[in-house]
Amino acid sequence: MATAEPWQTAEVPGPKKAFVIAKADVAAKMINKAKRPVLIVGSKAVEIDFGDKKLIDYIIELAKKGKIPVVATAHMVNEFLKRDYKPKGWMPAVDISNRLTDPEWKGLDGKGQYDLALFVGLPYYMEWTILSGLKHFAPNLKTITLDNTYQPHASWSFPNTKVKDWAENLKVIIDNLGGE
Amino acid sequence: MNRKNVRVKIDELKTDVGLFKNLELSIGKVTEEKWAEPMGPTPFPSVTALRNWDMKLLQRYKPFYMPFCDLCCLCTYGKCDLTGNKRGACGIDMAGQQSRIVLLACCIGAATHIGHARHLVEYLIEKYGRNYPLDVGGLNIQVEAPVTRLVCGVKPETLGDLEEVLDYTETQVTHLLSATHTGQEGNNLDFESKAFHAGMVDQVGMEVADIAQIAAYNLPKADPEAPLVDLGCGTINVEKPVILCIGHNVVPSVGIIDYLKANGLDSEIEVCGLCCSAHDATRYYKRAKIVGPISWQLRFIRSGFPDVVVLDEQCIRIDTYDEAQKVKAPVIAASEKNCVGLPNRTNDPPDEIVKDLVSGKTPGVLILDPEKVGEVATKVAVQIAPLRKKFKTLPEIDEIIQKSKGCRQCDDCRRACPQDLHIPEAIKAASQGDLTKLADLYELCIGCGRCEEACPIDLMIHSFIVKAGEKQLKQETYKIRCGRGAIQDVEIRNVGSPIVFGEIPGVVAVVGCANYPKGGEEVAEICKEFANRRFIVVTSGCAAMSAAMTKDDEGKTPYELYTGEFTAGGIVNVGSCVSNAHIAGAAIKIANIFAKRNLRANYEEIADYIHTRVGAVGLAWGAYSQKAASIAAGFWRLGVPVIVGPHGSKYRRMLLGRADKEEDWYVLDARTGEKVYVGPAPEHLFYAAETKEEAMVMIAKLCMRPNDTTKGRAIKLTHYIDLHKRLFGTMPEDIHLFVRTVADIPVTMKDEIIKILEKKKWKETVIPDPTLLPRLVRKRKE
Ligand code: SF4
Ligand code: SF4
Ligand code: SF4
Repeated sequence: MATAEPWQTAEVPGPKKAFVIAKADVAAKMINKAKRPVLIVGSKAVEIDFGDKKLIDYIIELAKKGKIPVVATAHMVNEFLKRDYKPKGWMPAVDISNRLTDPEWKGLDGKGQYDLALFVGLPYYMEWTILSGLKHFAPNLKTITLDNTYQPHASWSFPNTKVKDWAENLKVIIDNLGGE
Repeated sequence: MNRKNVRVKIDELKTDVGLFKNLELSIGKVTEEKWAEPMGPTPFPSVTALRNWDMKLLQRYKPFYMPFCDLCCLCTYGKCDLTGNKRGACGIDMAGQQSRIVLLACCIGAATHIGHARHLVEYLIEKYGRNYPLDVGGLNIQVEAPVTRLVCGVKPETLGDLEEVLDYTETQVTHLLSATHTGQEGNNLDFESKAFHAGMVDQVGMEVADIAQIAAYNLPKADPEAPLVDLGCGTINVEKPVILCIGHNVVPSVGIIDYLKANGLDSEIEVCGLCCSAHDATRYYKRAKIVGPISWQLRFIRSGFPDVVVLDEQCIRIDTYDEAQKVKAPVIAASEKNCVGLPNRTNDPPDEIVKDLVSGKTPGVLILDPEKVGEVATKVAVQIAPLRKKFKTLPEIDEIIQKSKGCRQCDDCRRACPQDLHIPEAIKAASQGDLTKLADLYELCIGCGRCEEACPIDLMIHSFIVKAGEKQLKQETYKIRCGRGAIQDVEIRNVGSPIVFGEIPGVVAVVGCANYPKGGEEVAEICKEFANRRFIVVTSGCAAMSAAMTKDDEGKTPYELYTGEFTAGGIVNVGSCVSNAHIAGAAIKIANIFAKRNLRANYEEIADYIHTRVGAVGLAWGAYSQKAASIAAGFWRLGVPVIVGPHGSKYRRMLLGRADKEEDWYVLDARTGEKVYVGPAPEHLFYAAETKEEAMVMIAKLCMRPNDTTKGRAIKLTHYIDLHKRLFGTMPEDIHLFVRTVADIPVTMKDEIIKILEKKKWKETVIPDPTLLPRLVRKRKE
């Protein structure tokens, strides 16, 4: 198993660290396998610019292709709406995460708790602490970060990746989503 | 509380010049007889006295833990791996461990303020006597020390009266700290309750510290028109010798200012400060200047401005001494809490110390006598200023360009930067002669220096940023209304009703440190936004400074544009960190003066009142410290929600309500005893927002209270909806949770909202006389 370093040098967790996603299509397979995935999108999704598109544009494509409900954190709902995409919900990042630790929570659609949470675009350290909360207190949930920085508290994370390769990874995931 | 009526106190003088001891006998509590109010249920509450109240809050606002470390290493059984709620060798689980750390942080914070208060009170008693009256607002304040009255059930009238209050707080902190010992406590909710207790005694400690210094030093006494003073690097006249004071305890600064005045030097020397000592120095002396928040330490020293650096206590960079040495500025440590490894010269003749500091024979000294600090600091500044000629360590532009060429683009700096700033890109541009990218980082950089520690080729990255932003630094010339202290009783009378009924949409306390996610400008923006919306904005600490650091088109800063009165549309700087007690005090006084609830030792009832009726919310956008944790905890116990910035997620636990769980949001109607659904108001007790936009929408939302009248609720909803629409681009989805009757709906949005209510199958409910305490129900239903 490949290993990776946390993006922020000192954000060292403990014995249990995220598995490294070595190839993007593996991430797509895991998403395809999930029964009830949810995609949580943070404020940096509009700050990150790949040149042709912003991160949020890829995320919308990804959500549509994989039919994954989106929770926009912070003020991101506005950015989605500007792009003619209505997220399934919007709430503070700590709120959605708190709900993910509750086995009784029925999800945004009332149909039950999620089994996979995809995170992308939160400030690194905030995503770090939130994923830690989920690692410890949501034992039945798998988490994947779609960021280009290694998040040790996720179940699965990409290693630290250059922005250019990140865009490629996202494209591969989008291409491989759906189609059971 | 087991207190004897006769007590003997022996005070030793601090210096060993005087060998006599000051023996004082106090028999009975003379002051107590003068206070007619009957004693409430919880005087000097023990650690568990308010546990039931805490549990009520914690049931609604359940902790969500986000461990900052998976391990525990507090004893030699460890390290223990607590991953996934495994238990450690002592049996503690992850939730217990996280709450233990929260308690620990709150104990550190409380001990810091209480220790600060103790030092102040001891010193002021020595100087002014035990019987010195505690006048904090003359005739405008009948209810002085509301926090102490509420918590302890005593009404302190003199400096000496504060001693038993401090005795109490110190005992509590000792008990609380002991609970963090392995095997002493383990239940997470009990740890949380204890953290609340720490917050409450912290509030008492802060109040003691501030009323003691207000009274003894004649700081502004609840003055809405406290003087406007200078803030910013650009306001400091560097042609003059400059004395810089850093920290939180104003006593040494006062020693300096008194010496300057006594020797007619006040126009010849600049006294300036960083952090709360600066706040308090300006409250004492209008000509003192505030450099800026805590994050300005490195940039100001490296710019070479200070000729002598005086350190007292709290929030001081540990490497200040090294940094000061590099710019050839001598350091005087003036607090026994922060000795900096320096030789203790307290008992040496001042001129000898001056000689050694000016000649460089010793670059720093410890002087535990504030008057002597005043004399030495002044003389050193005068003598050394012409020698060191504002020697600085900031590099020249050419040097930055040259050195940047060695950059390996290794990313180590960026990966060390808590803000994840794009340093390597900026350095690359600099190597090509373009410093604009470095200058862009100036506002975002919190001045921590971690990038420099990480750089394998030792580039002075922070200095590069400061140099690139030097123009900005020199243009930092702002006005701040110096800390006014408490809120007057008459102000409370005027706003009590509109706050409780909701017509003033809320009180927003913008407080805390400067660990901002995107610079201090966001704080100024938030203050202005809510003052314009006719909320009452109260500021303190570093946040109060950041609130000042912006100008309108005519060059006016917020404190010049908005009133300092505690009223709708005001931006009210109460003062330093310890002045935070006045913010709690204002909420408490609303319950007491406006609603005539008994104050004395009546914590639970007053907290219940505040929680259900006073639309107050705290925003600590850059909270970093343990003190900020205990300050927040004091507000939690009063039922006041606190928002922190994204870095605040590192406090490792939130207290989050669940708007989707209807059963969590019932209160008792005190008139009937009936349970009434009131919606999630307020929704959270402690929560980290990711962006300023999110925080702004949440501030408006968290100001709603079950007691709002229909008119008040309509006003609050208007602000919530308006901000939500502007910043989130759409209608909020949870309006139905906050509309109780049709009359709550803002008229201008009626049709739109009615449609939403219909879709959500909304049902009308009643507006109760809300309480969470069954004992306050006047007529019990069988
Ligand atoms: S205090 Fe408990 S969990 Fe921590 S190291 Fe000791 S035994 Fe382990
Ligand atoms: S000093 Fe500024 S740039 Fe350097 S690590 Fe700290 S915040 Fe980042
Ligand atoms: S750590 Fe130093 S060498 Fe590495 S990228 Fe940053 S400035 Fe360049």
